[in-house]
Amino acid sequence: MEHIRTTKVEQVKLLDRFSTSNKALTGTLYLTATHLLFIDSHQKETWILHHHIASVEKLALTTSGCPLVIQCKNFRIVHFIVPRERDCHDIYNSLLQLSKQAKYEDLYAFSYNPKQNDSERLRGWQLIDLAEEYKRMGVPNSNWQLSDANREYKICETYPRELYVPRIASKPIIVGSSKFRSKGRFPVLSYYHREKEAAVCRCSQPLSGFSARCLEDEHLLQAISKANPVNRYMYVMDTRPKLNAMANRAAGKGYENEDNYSNIRFQFVGIENIHVMRSSLQKLLEVNGTKGLSVNDFYSGLESSGWLRHIKAVMDAAIFLTKAIMIENASVLVHCSDGWDRTSQVCSLGSLLLDSFYRTIRGFMVLIEKDWISFGHKFSERCGHLDSDPKEVSPVFTQFLECVWHLTEQFPQAFEFNEAFLLQIHEHIYSCQFGNFLGNCQKEREELKLKEKTYSLWPFLLDDQKKYLNPLYSPKSQAVAVLEPNTVSFNFKFWRNMYHQFDRTLHPRQSVFSIIMNMNEQNKQLENDIKDLESKIKQHKNKQTDGVLTKELLHSVRPESPTLKTSLCFKEQTLLPVNDALRTIEGSNPADNRYSEYAEEFSKSEPAVVSLEYGVARMTC
Amino acid sequence: MMFFFLFSVSGNASTPEFKKKKNSECLLRLRHEGLLNSCPAGVASCPASSCPFRSPRSPRLKLLESALLLGPRPTAGGMEFSELIRTGRAQAELLRGPGAPPLRGTLCVTGHHLLLSPGPQATSDLWLLLLRSVDSIEKRVAGDSGTITLRCKDLRVLQLDIEGVEATLDIARSIEALSSLESVITSFPFFYRPKGLRLGDAWHFHPPEHHYKRVARETNAWRLSEVNEDFSVCPSYPRAVIVPRAVDDDALARSARFRQGGRFPVLSYHHAPSGTVLLRSSQPLTGPQKRRCAEDEELLRAVLAGARPGARGFIVDTRSAQAAKQARMTGGGTEAKAAYPGWKRLHRPMERGRPLQESFVRLVEACGDLEQSMDRWLSRLEGCRWLAHVKEALSTACLAAQGMEREGACILVHGAEGTDSTLLVTSLAQLILDPLSRTMTGFQELVEREWIQAGHPFQLRCAHSAFSHARPKHEAPTFLLFLDCVWQLGRQFPLSLEFGEGLLLALFEHAYASPFGTFLCNSEKERCLCEVRTRTHSLWSGLNQPKEQRKLRNPLYVLNPLAIWPSVEPQSLRLWQGLFLRWTRPPEPSEAAWEKVWQIVTDKEKTEGSQPTVSASEPQP
Repeated sequence: MEHIRTTKVEQVKLLDRFSTSNKALTGTLYLTATHLLFIDSHQKETWILHHHIASVEKLALTTSGCPLVIQCKNFRIVHFIVPRERDCHDIYNSLLQLSKQAKYEDLYAFSYNPKQNDSERLRGWQLIDLAEEYKRMGVPNSNWQLSDANREYKICETYPRELYVPRIASKPIIVGSSKFRSKGRFPVLSYYHREKEAAVCRCSQPLSGFSARCLEDEHLLQAISKANPVNRYMYVMDTRPKLNAMANRAAGKGYENEDNYSNIRFQFVGIENIHVMRSSLQKLLEVNGTKGLSVNDFYSGLESSGWLRHIKAVMDAAIFLTKAIMIENASVLVHCSDGWDRTSQVCSLGSLLLDSFYRTIRGFMVLIEKDWISFGHKFSERCGHLDSDPKEVSPVFTQFLECVWHLTEQFPQAFEFNEAFLLQIHEHIYSCQFGNFLGNCQKEREELKLKEKTYSLWPFLLDDQKKYLNPLYSPKSQAVAVLEPNTVSFNFKFWRNMYHQFDRTLHPRQSVFSIIMNMNEQNKQLENDIKDLESKIKQHKNKQTDGVLTKELLHSVRPESPTLKTSLCFKEQTLLPVNDALRTIEGSNPADNRYSEYAEEFSKSEPAVVSLEYGVARMTC
Repeated sequence: MMFFFLFSVSGNASTPEFKKKKNSECLLRLRHEGLLNSCPAGVASCPASSCPFRSPRSPRLKLLESALLLGPRPTAGGMEFSELIRTGRAQAELLRGPGAPPLRGTLCVTGHHLLLSPGPQATSDLWLLLLRSVDSIEKRVAGDSGTITLRCKDLRVLQLDIEGVEATLDIARSIEALSSLESVITSFPFFYRPKGLRLGDAWHFHPPEHHYKRVARETNAWRLSEVNEDFSVCPSYPRAVIVPRAVDDDALARSARFRQGGRFPVLSYHHAPSGTVLLRSSQPLTGPQKRRCAEDEELLRAVLAGARPGARGFIVDTRSAQAAKQARMTGGGTEAKAAYPGWKRLHRPMERGRPLQESFVRLVEACGDLEQSMDRWLSRLEGCRWLAHVKEALSTACLAAQGMEREGACILVHGAEGTDSTLLVTSLAQLILDPLSRTMTGFQELVEREWIQAGHPFQLRCAHSAFSHARPKHEAPTFLLFLDCVWQLGRQFPLSLEFGEGLLLALFEHAYASPFGTFLCNSEKERCLCEVRTRTHSLWSGLNQPKEQRKLRNPLYVLNPLAIWPSVEPQSLRLWQGLFLRWTRPPEPSEAAWEKVWQIVTDKEKTEGSQPTVSASEPQP
């Protein structure tokens, strides 16, 4: 690679971000085409993907060397001290180049090779089939049909080819409506509730300005409300704060005038825009990164960042949508400005509350494919995959994942997947290792030929399913249940495992999930063994029904069978490593924590007793 | 949990015989719960016209009355309880907060309880509340009915809608009078006689001799002194304390005179792996003249000599250096450096007394507001400073533990009186270091030894909880802070504590109001005078009944022989929702999740247990 000048630097120190003792790990830093790799003296490896790097900073030279601080998009922060300034400078420059690619073709996904052949790759891409998903929801049916209006991306470039619209909405109406909507994103079906025969639809803001009208658009909305046989009223949710929507009117955009549309109820829900969200997260990270943070500073920082307030707003909007469908049996049309950020959040979260399928591992993948990828959430711009406008970057999808996490906390048994699954997905929206999240809309993805040149993430996650299972999941009790989360303020907590994923000293030292998972597995194994043995007994009995079995059985009761002994021993051996692994996590090192900040007498250097490998180098699948 | 019994009493039986049978069943149940001896007086001397027990409409209660008369008649300081009860009975409806259906029936005040007996058509249960657990009472009248709001010490809020203005006022006054009785020997524990428990059981659960036996196994440097046999040397210490072998009883007595309240340094915990000890005391009475005491100095010298040659010591003073200095003006002070060679003082200011109580009150206030915005909630959570106190307590305890385990130093902890923050630090430090104290019995022993016998003034500190309108005098939630810290440890090391949240919640409730005698009085001396040990039941025997175990145990416990060092970063500390939001949040599915965990664990035990038997009978192939 032309950007790499130095590939290896020795005697580099890695500082712990939160430890006050200036103890550091010393090791060697390697720069590869795709990763930055640090191997410390204990041979522990820390891998950092170039695409994960959000910023690189070179601090002022110190006596021990030149500090290099790397902030990652997955909230990892590493602090190296490179002995020679020249090396530091070289690495700094290389990373600046490598972390910001100008072309899609230079992203990792195009070079990543998991050693699969083309048919395997294709099968991977076919794993999630949205047509199948709409069929599962119950469309097409007598009220909803597949429209071919956008087959060639002629009406809306950022929508998928296949769109579902009310049967009575003719093509001219659709075309007319799309001209009246920002970026041509006219109202289409996002989720259909089979039982209630109510629909969740999505679109962008109307180009209404102060007084403009569009008869086709009015017709289309009426068609949506008519497609609901139970309730003729439909809700139009503008997910923006009212003030923002009003300001848009001056630019010839705006929101629906209730007088012009029959049978609609209009509602603002007040989720802030991408710029507010971006700076909110920035503030949050600033507070968390503070060394020696006091409890009071933490909470006042959490408050002033407004982050949890925004999360609550998204959740409240989704609940509003759910209630409209479940209680009033009304269809809902959701939009924001362009209908690809807040609209995606609210539609997908609403669907998740309504439909237990989306709470399974596969269902969650489908949900992301449907409401985020296919409907044109601009992943590449929001995640900053390429060197582009930093003002377009915003943690909209992260917020969605955080909302889901809050739901898993409130309903520990309702989700098939666990927190690790959410974290892994978050990892990969930035990693550019798989093709799913590259590009900003389906059309762009097709032009990039992603399905031929890159791999899909989902089959890899499914292969690793065991890691992502929630051992407490009980599908039976929750199968039909609509989740009704409680959004009282104190139900929202700081998601430490996301924002401090790599700061291992902050985490619980033992994991309940992993031990329950192990137990569950052992249970299953033992139960299988029992069944196995019982069937063997049966077979044996059957064989000897006519004869001298009693004697032999009596004889065989003696537990001397060599096969039996070995099998039992073997089983114990397989169980043991699991326990060992847990045990090493149980202890922890007081030096990691900051008890002794007042007592300098205590700050003798001491060897790390337990070396923990929490979440290091996990992004490589 | 414990003072909230429910009895199923069927009310719609028609034949008198059947009724009689049912009534006797009800009485049997009451007797079983030990309530028959408890609330007789008020009922017995009620004017016939207004007493529910004389009412022809409730023959069930009539029977109850005759049975109640059998018990002893308690008096409140020469005055019969009946004089405090203005009316025995009223029709009322009880609202128990989210999740619980309202109850209608006849309300009745007795000497120690508030009873609600549902009408004859109701199918549900008799509801009981220990009056002692009422923290504040608020009455409102409108028209011909009234509302009483009871705020309980366990943070529950109950609302009673009562028919009749007079009745409302009378009942309110009765509750007010009865819930604030100060006399110990007329309190409910002296009348509580549950079936299945023997009086005097578990009172010798953990005498100092028991602890000494363990210490003596590990080291020979300490002895059990009975210098405080008659509580004359130190009224707040137990009869026997563990002291350095080299120091005789006379020296101890003299050292006691040099320490506030006579609390001379005694052994709290011997850390066998490092051979160091944890001591606790009160402040030395140096006064403005900087007095010294040769015996006190000798005592601490002997401690170091007994540990190992050249051992160092740290005095952890839980006050700021300035506060310790100021204490000299009032006769207190802190150890002069020159007088105690080998000992070094560390100041870790911890909040205590009034500010701690206020912090508790403000937190509970904030938790009661369901409508507040996210920002308001976060700023109140910050403003109340509760989690800052948790952090302080945990990090001071970690400092003490670290000093012993890592530095091999002896630690003496004291503040001023040595009965609050001192105990908080010593008990938490043991929990961190000592695997035995993390077991079910070990933890109960720890509470018994480091809080009850060590003279934490429970009666003064827990006289009122967070709702009381009375000006706090000696109230402080030090013990609750301890429980919260233990809960934090349990969250960070979910497999290392044998007990679960259930035990911590039970201890919180019983410390504030209990049918058991364990938390009565302020010291062993007072308990001796009141004959608590012979006349009341011990909480430990109540808790250790097999039927309670599932609620109290941690199903995931595995012995962890290592020290558990918690993270004290604000991101790692959480609000204890199970306690502070226990009654405000709706019944959450988290309980169901724990039930599932239990199920998995018991399944595992079952399958593991059953496997050998099946496999043993496996015939040889």
